[in-house]
Amino acid sequence: MSTNLVRTMVVIGALAFLGLGLSLPWLKTPAIFVLSYGLAALGVVVMLRGGQISFGHAMYACIAGYTVAFLQRAHPELDGLVLIIAGMVVATLAGGIIGVFVVRYRAIFFGMLNLALSMVLFSLLAKMYEISGGTDGLRIDRPTLAGITFDRSGYESALLIGSLVAAIFCGWLVQRYFRSAAGEALAGIKTNEARLEYLGLSARRILWSGYVISAALVGLSGALFALVQGLVTPEMGYWLRSGEFVFIAILGGSVHAIGAFMGAIVFTVIKLGAAAFLTGVWQMLLGITLIVVILAAPTGIAGLLRIGTRRAPEGGAR
Amino acid sequence: MSALVRTEKLSLAFGGVVAADAIDFELQAGERLAVIGANGAGKTTFINIVTGFLKPTSGRIFIDGKDVTALDPRRIVRLGVGRSFQLPQLFLEHTVRQCLELAIVGKAGRLGFFRSLSAQADQKEIDHTMELVGLRERADDLASSLPEGQRKLLDVAMALTLRPKLLIMDEPTSGVASEDKHDLMAAVMRALSEREVTSWFVEHDVDIVTQYATRVAAWISGKIAADGPPDQVLADPTVKREVLGVA
Amino acid sequence: MTVDLLLLALADGVSYAGLLFLVALGLTLIFGVMGIVNVAHGAFFAFGGYTAATFVVALSGPDTPAIVLLLALAAAAILVGLVMGTALEAGLLRRVQDKDPILQLLVTFAAFMIFEDLQRLIWGASPRSAAAVVDSLGTLELFDVTYTRYQILLVPAIAIVAYFSLRAFLRRTRIGKQIVAVTHSREVATALGINAKRIGWFTFVIGAMLGALGGALAAPVTSLVPGVGTDWIVLSFSVVATAGLGQITGALIAALIIGIARSIAVYTMPELEVVVPYLIMVGVLLVRPSGLFTVAQARRI
Repeated sequence: MSTNLVRTMVVIGALAFLGLGLSLPWLKTPAIFVLSYGLAALGVVVMLRGGQISFGHAMYACIAGYTVAFLQRAHPELDGLVLIIAGMVVATLAGGIIGVFVVRYRAIFFGMLNLALSMVLFSLLAKMYEISGGTDGLRIDRPTLAGITFDRSGYESALLIGSLVAAIFCGWLVQRYFRSAAGEALAGIKTNEARLEYLGLSARRILWSGYVISAALVGLSGALFALVQGLVTPEMGYWLRSGEFVFIAILGGSVHAIGAFMGAIVFTVIKLGAAAFLTGVWQMLLGITLIVVILAAPTGIAGLLRIGTRRAPEGGAR
Repeated sequence: MSALVRTEKLSLAFGGVVAADAIDFELQAGERLAVIGANGAGKTTFINIVTGFLKPTSGRIFIDGKDVTALDPRRIVRLGVGRSFQLPQLFLEHTVRQCLELAIVGKAGRLGFFRSLSAQADQKEIDHTMELVGLRERADDLASSLPEGQRKLLDVAMALTLRPKLLIMDEPTSGVASEDKHDLMAAVMRALSEREVTSWFVEHDVDIVTQYATRVAAWISGKIAADGPPDQVLADPTVKREVLGVA
Repeated sequence: MTVDLLLLALADGVSYAGLLFLVALGLTLIFGVMGIVNVAHGAFFAFGGYTAATFVVALSGPDTPAIVLLLALAAAAILVGLVMGTALEAGLLRRVQDKDPILQLLVTFAAFMIFEDLQRLIWGASPRSAAAVVDSLGTLELFDVTYTRYQILLVPAIAIVAYFSLRAFLRRTRIGKQIVAVTHSREVATALGINAKRIGWFTFVIGAMLGALGGALAAPVTSLVPGVGTDWIVLSFSVVATAGLGQITGALIAALIIGIARSIAVYTMPELEVVVPYLIMVGVLLVRPSGLFTVAQARRI
């Protein structure tokens, strides 16, 4: 599938989001959640590119979300954009520090260490009631957005537009990263790390860069999530949440950045649809969907649509 | 002038097996060293140790006079060593061209995050290298689609792209069709002599050895049993018996 | 910290460690033999617990002897392990046998999600318990403190019996040795004529039963609610990862360390109770990535 076709899909998708979101008020928050989950899954996809799966990336959404909450408590007048950037910056810094340790690990050990770290964060937040509000979490009041005070409906519309812009921009940046030297080297870690070392490249450093980028993306998703939900809870960092991000990444496919958002759409549609029509079985439906995808289409939806295929005469989708 | 590569009493022993037995070895710049020996004699292990992939149990390694015993492959490669492998080590999900692009930007050291890899890499140099080893027509094919012989070619090409001072090749012609063996070695040696590169290659094919080597080292059970000009080593009775399998 | 408190913590910790070990044992056994991290193990735990609770409530009357209730727990574990284990292994895992281990893991994650909803459909959302078992065994006094016999004697005893039985089984019986062979190399074992497929199923079912047994034994002392499986899978994973994937004796030691450390936290710094297992896991993984008791393997080129 050519770049132009992908671009067309993005334009149509964006218009659909805006059109549906702005005309059907009850779709606004779900649409923002889709974009938030999509960004988080995009972070996971970056790690998948390097052949690593983290089962703890939700901790970055959690860190960003709580940063937003704490900052607002301290300075209630801060604009939403400032809060989002602050959340993202703190999550990225955390990723940079944690990344130094974590990039020494591969495969299941990489996944396990990330899991352990996220569970430490979750457990601390859940129990330290005085600081974090415990399992009840912390409320977030609607801040101004770009200086403007919105009513509830306007606020959600503004967040929707903002999230959409962020999603498209991040998707584009991540795609460029994938095709860049650093991004292709990251993919080289997955297939032959020893070879990278024998080319004089540091696999650890390359993986670290990818990790920091993925932490930033998940952090951004967490900050948006916090602002739209108006509440941050330790659950934002629970292992199930990390699992959902991985789920969406696999569902959508890691061959192209747009896969993460496709996966997020399908995920949310199933979740909402099941809640509306077949109460109590949304997890079952999602589980079945994931199994079907893994068995029938392991490269995900994007892979199925052959997005991101090279123009090679031989060989299949990458 | 100090040797390009020098080892002092280099040893590796594990679990009762002595893979390298107090090896004192020197390689001068400009030499074309062929390493022969039966499977398991220690030829590849020695390369692994010298290039930092395995840590020796004792002894020291010097490259260009610098003690590199504790360094890992990445740093040794940066000192000017290129290596190809017994089992070709490629990026199987990348194309031939991309493998070489990664080698070339690796050489430069700075990896861009925004500019595409193909834009950052010197395509002319890559085209030239592919011509050299005969992979031009397969430039845009996935490395995984290459047959064994061409995988070897790509592996060697990647090492060549690094423009190393020393090129170590582990069985460069094994898996390559016999008609092509000489063409490959000739092309590689031509490229190396153009740039005054020292070569060290493991070979089983005696014809290749006689034609391209200036020196031969024969390994038997973790030791270098014979070391010298090709005709001398190849005529040595122990070498003939233990390595070449000739009475 | 006073001696009394320490002894209290030790007793609590050992009992908790017993439960942890049983659940972790199944998980680590399955990984050792089949190379799969089975996220659905949490469902074995939960279903084992809920089924046990159902049996106990059905069977308990004013004079029901303890042994009947205990057998009910065992029956629940065996039933759940057999049915769910077979369903998962034969129905799903066999189809992904040759795929990337990460995809295998995700498949078990998907199965876990399915089981979670199934559990809610069957047993609903209100808490279940099987306290009758504890009551039927009575209490005893140790160091001036009253403990339930269930917690102090039964659970640790079953854990120890399970440990030694499994070790003996793996070393002395024919099937046990075949399991060990498959753990070392599936290919070589098959070449030697071992039916790796059947061994895989057998081991998986044993692992499932152990997980379910953990749940069944936890039922009398925990409140079973939706999400209990989710908590216990990640908890048992901390034991397995700390010990090293596939390490059985290691799991016992790791369970003891984590169980006792957690207990001490409960009595001294309660806010840290939940963090302790994961702090230990992080600490160990940072120093020894493959766990405390695994020897790492190097790559060959």
